[in-house]
Amino acid sequence: MAQLTGAEIFVEALKREGVKTIFALPGGVVLKIFDVLHQQCDVEVILTRHEQAAGHMAEGYAKATGKPGVCLITSGPGMTNVITALADAYMDSVPMVCFSGQVPTAMIGNDAFQEADNIGLSRPCTKYNFLVKDVNDLAQTIKEAFYIASTGRPGPVLVDIPKDISMDKADFKYPDSVSIRGYNPTYEGSKWKIKQAADAIMKSRRPILYIGGGVQLSGASQEVRELAEMTQIPVDSTLMALGAFPGGHPLSLGMLGMHGTYVANMAMHYSDLVIAIGARFDDRVTGKVSEFCPNAKIIHIDIDPTSIRKNIHVDIPIVGDCKRVVQELNNVLRATVNGDQKELRKPWWDQLNEWKAEHPLSYQQDPDQLIKPQYLIDRVFQLTRDRDPIVSTDVGQHQMWSAQYFQLANPNTWLTSGGLGTMGFGFPAALGAQAAFRDRLVLCIAGDGSVQMNTQELATAVVSNLPVKVFIINNRFHGMVRQWQDLFYEGRYASSYLDQTPDFVKLAEAYGAAGLRIKTPNEVDDGIREAIAIDKPVFIDVPVDQFENCYPMIPAGGCNHEMILEDPPELRKRQTTGVKGKKESTDTILTA
Amino acid sequence: MEHIISVTLENKSGALSRVAGLFSGRGFNIESLSVAPTLDPTVSMMTIVTSGDERIIEQILKQLNKIIDVIKVVDLNESEAVGRETALIKVHTRSEDRAEALRIADIFRANVVDSSPTSYTIEVTGDVQKIQAIIQLLQPLGIKEIVRTGRIAIAREALRAVASQPRPLAKAN
Repeated sequence: MAQLTGAEIFVEALKREGVKTIFALPGGVVLKIFDVLHQQCDVEVILTRHEQAAGHMAEGYAKATGKPGVCLITSGPGMTNVITALADAYMDSVPMVCFSGQVPTAMIGNDAFQEADNIGLSRPCTKYNFLVKDVNDLAQTIKEAFYIASTGRPGPVLVDIPKDISMDKADFKYPDSVSIRGYNPTYEGSKWKIKQAADAIMKSRRPILYIGGGVQLSGASQEVRELAEMTQIPVDSTLMALGAFPGGHPLSLGMLGMHGTYVANMAMHYSDLVIAIGARFDDRVTGKVSEFCPNAKIIHIDIDPTSIRKNIHVDIPIVGDCKRVVQELNNVLRATVNGDQKELRKPWWDQLNEWKAEHPLSYQQDPDQLIKPQYLIDRVFQLTRDRDPIVSTDVGQHQMWSAQYFQLANPNTWLTSGGLGTMGFGFPAALGAQAAFRDRLVLCIAGDGSVQMNTQELATAVVSNLPVKVFIINNRFHGMVRQWQDLFYEGRYASSYLDQTPDFVKLAEAYGAAGLRIKTPNEVDDGIREAIAIDKPVFIDVPVDQFENCYPMIPAGGCNHEMILEDPPELRKRQTTGVKGKKESTDTILTA
Repeated sequence: MEHIISVTLENKSGALSRVAGLFSGRGFNIESLSVAPTLDPTVSMMTIVTSGDERIIEQILKQLNKIIDVIKVVDLNESEAVGRETALIKVHTRSEDRAEALRIADIFRANVVDSSPTSYTIEVTGDVQKIQAIIQLLQPLGIKEIVRTGRIAIAREALRAVASQPRPLAKAN
């Protein structure tokens, strides 16, 4: 058998794993690997302009395809830069394999140039990590890394490859299977517990399905839909689950949680049975834990036992893969469900419809006033829905509005940073998804604050022909911070006003991308159409009403049924007196 | 409440820091931790003494199980277990105290493992109460230095057969 260098083994292993695209940025200790990558064409290398973005692109790729995203970065600063993406992927259970370069084995620990303790740095933000100390272990390690990243509760895995390992030679034999004695995820749920869950569902009067990102990850959309339709149970989706259950489905109540819909949160609070599927009772969903769903029994289906009873007491815990457990649950229910479920659930649905009608999501767009962010997002959704776009967001107000107004119909079309709340995630994640699906429409809804955290990737977008459409909801603020300051800090805008935002149109053009600006409500539709017709990456700058707040809102630690639904009167009064902390006439975009 | 958790894990670099990192990262208490290889050199056995309410202990057990290098986790409080700790105590001894130091060591079936004109180093093994007791008695003589191993524990075999089997948690990630 011919011997291969570590770098060649690395590339061969990627091919065996079916990796088509990686996101990478070179450096001294990974040059050998890049050299080998350069001389083949099975694996496409997308050169990013920052390692953090490489990580987010791998995440976007993974979320859109369901397969592990791969990034390759160098030691030292390359590693520290990618940490944010790893932490983000860990929080949101994104399957991802990150390869980092390391100084030669003999120099590890000597404070060598661009050395960092990659294993130590990444330990708390990866599912697992490996330092390869012998080139003979490399193939096995890569196999295990992909296996761990994509099975059980998925997550990021780091493989740290010292420079000498990429140059050493070994026989290449790629293992067919992996067996790790300390790692055996439970996929099948306990039949007995599933039976109990079915009984509880049959007995309940006000049940609610609370579905999370686990439904996306395990591909359980069909099963969940069947469950909901069979039993006529309403569906609350978490931020991470959007698209896993069609947003426009009559059984969908939309998103729940801090900025969820009124009906979704009321339904949770007054339900008598919560069926949680692949969701983890995050504090943004539970609000005040002691008063969370006071009258409900709780069924919790999750592949990760640590998620169960971490925050909330659970009556019927079921450890297993969402898809298989719900399949089994459906089998049991199919045999037991009798009578007209619509009739049976009518009182509950009457109540839900009342809540729906009482406080639907709403905004007021005056044609002569500034564009309302909700209006823009709503229009983007309406004008693109028939193209089944992939939508990414950054983090903040625009993210919540997107979650409220984009009624996505399909799983794996929603890319957002949920757990970690990483500003700067949206644009590179969209690029990663576009790299996976060259022909699809990929949108990014960003804020002017968030997008500035990764604008350098315009270069990547242009060079790699990734024509994502970035709508920048430009309110010259860190909008969510400003909203909290308005509501809880008496309107003192400490460091939330962005005195200087760049001219995003010129910025995009400077990189060779296209830039557009939509200034008034009546330009919105044409602007959106024009943007998506351009076969290039586009930044669409949309100056919007600076003081629009995102409602409903449950204040942190508040109760789910006690939502703030509109600006409190004292806030409205304050706003008419103008922006505090803002220097006069520096707001150039508004006057432009 | 105090719990003794016995963890079987891969004997490889990094495994210990994964466990230690879990406790610090999630704010769990850790009173003592001891670790050494087992008969199988690829496997280590770790004994962790921790405390917390039922919910926290449940999380600790689940989180430990979630670590990929961890092979098995047993909460020894669910069964009768034998726990032991060793301490090396260097006692300052004036000539008139030397006999007293030896007498105390004798009472606790402790050994003198090193001696100098002004000190004895006493090795004592036992449960926590015993170690505490000898420390208390030696303190008036003047303890110069003390080193403790932290507790190790093992389930009692007879009870294991009849009553509550130490429950290995479902292993899943």
